[in-house]
Amino acid sequence: MNEFDYTAPATVEEAVAQLGTGARVLAGGTDLIVQMREGRRQVGHVVDLKRIAELTEVASTPDGGVAIGAALNVTALSAHPAMAAYPALVESGRMIGSYQIQNRASIGGNVCNAAPSADAVPALICLGARAVVAGPGGRRDEPVEALFAGPGRTTLGPRDVLVSLRLPPAAKRSAAAYLRFTPRREMDIAVAGVGAWLRLDERGAVAEARLTLAAVGPTPIRAAQAERLLIGEKPSAKLVAEAAALAARDARPISDTRGSAEYRRELVKTLAARAVAACCARLGNPLETA
Amino acid sequence: MKALRPFTINGEEIELALDTRDTLLELLRDRAGLTGSKEGCGNGNCGACTVLVDGAPVNACIMLAVEAVGRKIVTIEGVAANGKLDRVQQALIDLGGTQCGYCTPGVVLSATALLERNPNPTEIEIRHALAGNLCRCTGYDKIVEAVVAAAARVGA
Repeated sequence: MNEFDYTAPATVEEAVAQLGTGARVLAGGTDLIVQMREGRRQVGHVVDLKRIAELTEVASTPDGGVAIGAALNVTALSAHPAMAAYPALVESGRMIGSYQIQNRASIGGNVCNAAPSADAVPALICLGARAVVAGPGGRRDEPVEALFAGPGRTTLGPRDVLVSLRLPPAAKRSAAAYLRFTPRREMDIAVAGVGAWLRLDERGAVAEARLTLAAVGPTPIRAAQAERLLIGEKPSAKLVAEAAALAARDARPISDTRGSAEYRRELVKTLAARAVAACCARLGNPLETA
Repeated sequence: MKALRPFTINGEEIELALDTRDTLLELLRDRAGLTGSKEGCGNGNCGACTVLVDGAPVNACIMLAVEAVGRKIVTIEGVAANGKLDRVQQALIDLGGTQCGYCTPGVVLSATALLERNPNPTEIEIRHALAGNLCRCTGYDKIVEAVVAAAARVGA
């Protein structure tokens, strides 16, 4: 590694003031330190965010939701009682690497590393998460999905810090799920992944739907046509299969060592149907299987 | 830039000359002389460098040593008490759960942390806890059997 300065500020404002050209924020380091050791990233100043209380806690928000500190490790996040209302996000976090990795890696880091295969991202987007970002101009918040610019690239500026990820309260009659395909059961990178979220109305028809595709495009993809098809209808196996086929059309996969584009598109179709079915099962309305 | 910084390693408070660039693994091996923790892949996949930081297993090769200042670090050298192997170490020997031995320090620490948090793990829970410790010799079954046996030796 090249020489670098290391600071561990106590507040978000100090962290923002310390950032600039050549600086990089550190949370769990499971991506950053690997990149630095392998010479893939030159960093002149490492700004460790883990001494900042707001970045390492789960806080309740006035609307009844939660603000997840961006640098909080996945193990601590999963164990937090407030996260019981968001099982899809906890399950997604538990897919990231080994226990050793989960004891260090953060959800904020998973977002900012911007890997198209990032496992926590589809659940965040499906749950309607907003990113609280601090920069030289103060704080702003924006939908998580607006942060992604391409593989490994976000829309955050060099002096921006992702502070927290805010989830709205879990709506009545809503459920989410994230499923991925990996050749191995553990310790692997998604060939394709699909997150789903449904909210049903009082009749049991779909009032709102979100489907997010991972590892099949440069950024996470919302499958808008599939979402529209589901809305207003009571979920059935036939409807879900049609929506899944539409979701596959929205995928923009590449062929690489993990799988061909055609294979990934097929995976999206299968995973999308299963993810929506998993939401239905969580809502106590399991789909009848044909 | 080097500076003396305080660390707590295996219950002992010690000041070590720290270069900001040191990983925790480099600090332990090269500055503290504790060579039981191994470097395998160097990128957080294999778990040969697993140590406990405040009781939690982490990959020491991808943690900066400066992040560990003031925290409780346990390495394989701190597991046996007064020259007596702990129950996981003894079970690995008794049941043939170690061959070349390179992964063993990390396996012991991952298993120890598991039993600390969950004294009666299922086989699935053991396999999950060891998913980040790659072994190219044993095929894992004997390691898992050893952790099952260690769990049964309560307080041993």
